[in-house]
Amino acid sequence: MIGRVHSIETCGTVDGPGIRYVLFTQGCPLRCQYCHNPDSWKVGDGKEMNVDTILADVLKYKTYMQFSGGGITISGGEPLLQADFVGEIFRKCKENNIHTCLDTSGYIEPHRADPVLDHTDLVLLDIKSYNPLVFKDVTGVAIDKTLAFAEHLNKRGIPVWIRYVLVPNLTDDPEDIEALAKYLSGLNNIERIDILPFHKMGEYKWEQLGYDYKLTDTSPPEAKELEMAQDILLKYNLPLHIEA
Amino acid sequence: MFKQWNGFEPGEWTKEVNVRDFIQKNYKPYEGDDSFLTDATESTKELWDEVLKLTSKEFKKGILDVETKVPSTIVSHGPGYLNKELEKIVGFQSDAPLKRNIMPNGGIRTVQNALESYGYELDEQTEKIFTEHRKTHNDGVYSVYTEDMRKARRSGIITGLPDAYGRGRIIGDYRRVALYGMDFLIEDKENEKKSLEVTPMTEEAIRLREELTEQIQSLKELKEMATFYDCDISQPAQTAQEAIQATYFGYLAAIKEQDGAAMSLGRVSTFLDIYVERDLANGTLTEVEAQELMDHFVMKLRMVRFLRTPAYNELFSGDPTWVTEAIGGMGIDGRTLVTKNSFRMLHTLSNLGPAPEPNLTVLWSNNLPQNFKDFCSRLSIETSSIQYENDDLMRPTYGDDYGIACCVSAMKIGKQMQFFGARANLAKALVYAINGGKDELTGVQVSPMFAPITSEYLDYDEVWAKFDQMMDWLSELYVDTLNVIHYMHDKYCYEKIEMALHDKDVVRTFATGIAGLSVVADSLSAIKYAKVKTIRDENGLVVDYEIEGDYPAFGNNDPRVDDIAVEVTQRFMEKIRSHKTYRNSVPTLSILTITSNVVYGKKTGNTPDGRKAGEPFAPGANPMHGRDTKGALAALSSVAKIPYKDAEDGISYTFSIIPGALGKSEDERIKNLSGIMDGYFAQNGHHININVFDRETLLDAMDHPEEYPQLTIRVSGYAVNFIRLTREQQLDVINRTFHKGF
Repeated sequence: MIGRVHSIETCGTVDGPGIRYVLFTQGCPLRCQYCHNPDSWKVGDGKEMNVDTILADVLKYKTYMQFSGGGITISGGEPLLQADFVGEIFRKCKENNIHTCLDTSGYIEPHRADPVLDHTDLVLLDIKSYNPLVFKDVTGVAIDKTLAFAEHLNKRGIPVWIRYVLVPNLTDDPEDIEALAKYLSGLNNIERIDILPFHKMGEYKWEQLGYDYKLTDTSPPEAKELEMAQDILLKYNLPLHIEA
Repeated sequence: MFKQWNGFEPGEWTKEVNVRDFIQKNYKPYEGDDSFLTDATESTKELWDEVLKLTSKEFKKGILDVETKVPSTIVSHGPGYLNKELEKIVGFQSDAPLKRNIMPNGGIRTVQNALESYGYELDEQTEKIFTEHRKTHNDGVYSVYTEDMRKARRSGIITGLPDAYGRGRIIGDYRRVALYGMDFLIEDKENEKKSLEVTPMTEEAIRLREELTEQIQSLKELKEMATFYDCDISQPAQTAQEAIQATYFGYLAAIKEQDGAAMSLGRVSTFLDIYVERDLANGTLTEVEAQELMDHFVMKLRMVRFLRTPAYNELFSGDPTWVTEAIGGMGIDGRTLVTKNSFRMLHTLSNLGPAPEPNLTVLWSNNLPQNFKDFCSRLSIETSSIQYENDDLMRPTYGDDYGIACCVSAMKIGKQMQFFGARANLAKALVYAINGGKDELTGVQVSPMFAPITSEYLDYDEVWAKFDQMMDWLSELYVDTLNVIHYMHDKYCYEKIEMALHDKDVVRTFATGIAGLSVVADSLSAIKYAKVKTIRDENGLVVDYEIEGDYPAFGNNDPRVDDIAVEVTQRFMEKIRSHKTYRNSVPTLSILTITSNVVYGKKTGNTPDGRKAGEPFAPGANPMHGRDTKGALAALSSVAKIPYKDAEDGISYTFSIIPGALGKSEDERIKNLSGIMDGYFAQNGHHININVFDRETLLDAMDHPEEYPQLTIRVSGYAVNFIRLTREQQLDVINRTFHKGF
């Protein structure tokens, strides 16, 4: 089976536990304002690779995964755009006792993700905002599918790490964060929450691609803004992960 | 039995010189964590402040002070103190800290050049003696060099040869001074000499008897040198302080007598732990005092200085001395050789701050205690001052009492030495193969005239065949050149005290090296998988290349090109093995450039991989800058494929990563770094330098060196103060792949 791949990072350490082989798939339905991989948006781009080639490559790094408690992470782009492809990679990884992690925006009909979720140990779920208007503004799409997906994961009992990008003047409204906190505290499968401070490392790619970057004048959040957001989550006893 | 040995478990070591046996019978493995460690004492801080003041003065002037008349011997200079009241471990090379010595036995012109470059003048009388009355190593070599050797040296196809500077890479077993005392060691050597009253008196026996005589003389001098500092080392050391002091005196004697490129320390931490443990148990030493002794010892090791020429600094800049100390590892009986003193040695990086010297080298095994692994990883993240080498890979060959000379050269302590041979430029050899042995920059015919390649596009098989032929020629010339060098070094610049602290019969290795491996692998890959068109000048010399299409580059864990790198290494090693080496030494090979990758690059024209003339090579076995696109583990995996058995003098990889790419929290970063090393060494990777910092820090340090006096980075097998690198080398380090992650 063949899929489209954007790139490979053999030493991923920030997308799931331990050292991870991170496969970035090509193509994404979202157009997030702060995306740092806008070159992974276009569906037809990237490089065709087949599952067996990828698996053989992944297996080369198994010792590193074992020593560090790592595994494979499939990110994107939006991996669930190629659910069959991703599901097949995960199935084969599980046959080889490799921990599987899916990094997704959850923008898919839940049942269509099942072939992937059947072989998924952990989901990194990006929730861009809990406010439907802001969500739409940030991503260009509606929030409904993502929430339905979160609930589907809850029902299936698949552990989830939530990732929330804190962008000043965009996703830093305390009310929106509190609403998200309330929502998350109703789910039983949230293992960890990371608040990621907005950064502009992807801006140069937007320029190269001739896209219009809207956040040029936005700065990364200050420490106290970050703490504000963290405090809200902590109030709800959520498993917040704080960077040291 | 000496009374100083009370409390030690006796064994073979009490009857004969056998430090390993002493360690094995007496050391206490430590599997705990670092919570027992203590901070620097007030006197340590005061002393270190004085050192920092002196080094900052030195940085501005180039060198702080230098002797211009009296050549250095073990007893020529001293005593010297930093602050006599506070120093627990004493001894400098000269009569003042950081003052440099002259050692003209290596070559008088080198001494002269070095002095002049810093605005000093060599004493006339001394110059006369070493020009008219006493031949030097350098004179010896040049009286024998053939025209071919001179040409190869000039063109830069063989570079960095120790023909005008000390070869180094010999580690005396300095622990013997502490364990046995000088009287025992002198008597032992006298007995060895007596055993050589043989007939027929062959050249070999004559040479060995003469060497033993010199060794005995140097041991006597070492004993005398200690008296300058009111120390009597005729007997074994009684306390931890005495043991450290005696070990250091042994080392000090070596660096007063020789200024070899790498003057490594060996493997002393765990040995010294035995003395510390005995004193702690006796209640005569506290943990704070034990750490203070190690801090003061290390302070001395950080102050070793040699006088170097500008040309030398271009090759190896930043005043490296390679006071390499091997730490940790596992014993062949399965017990770890990590002791509390392994922690204390590394803890000096916290108490005194990061530093390039001593060259702290952790012998990594998958079986090391996890506490120790994580301690090392944390220190690496904080200081970038540690290198790691694969104990599981080396132990089968070298046992469990080996040290590392220089960067990556393993040798059994006191039982083995090497003839250091710098390196051959294989990237240039490849270009010579295409041009029939004419130099691509000067047009000079350097090798014998071979048929050049005349086609417009390069053919893989044809290039390989000619490259193979070129390596035949190069390997032979290279070995012959080294034979000349080492014959003369033994004759005119013999390492008396270092060899006195060896067994009589030592194993000698003949250490050759390769520079430009990744350039060669990528070039051959480009020729094989893309199309490479030659561009010729008016004389038909190929001076540039055009690559049509893509090719797999070394560093992406792609067997198509990695296999080429492996084959090049194996073939070159095979050829080296086929030649006769001086003193029946065992040929080995390293893939290590130190900072000379910059100079080698400068001397090499355009190469078929697309590298432009003058651009630096990658250091050591590293992939070329920016061509490893699949992340750090892919690069590590490519390097790990180079077989150690064909590069037993070491395979160096320099790894630079920004902190954020190791994980989000400190715990994650430590765990992941330990995991990277476990994985790499499980793949049989041999060596890795770990640098953890932001590119921005380095850029800022280039502009504001005064704010970064202790910024230490690891470069191909050694560590340097970043601000002491030449600007060119600084840029090379910054441009080199930083693994950023996503």
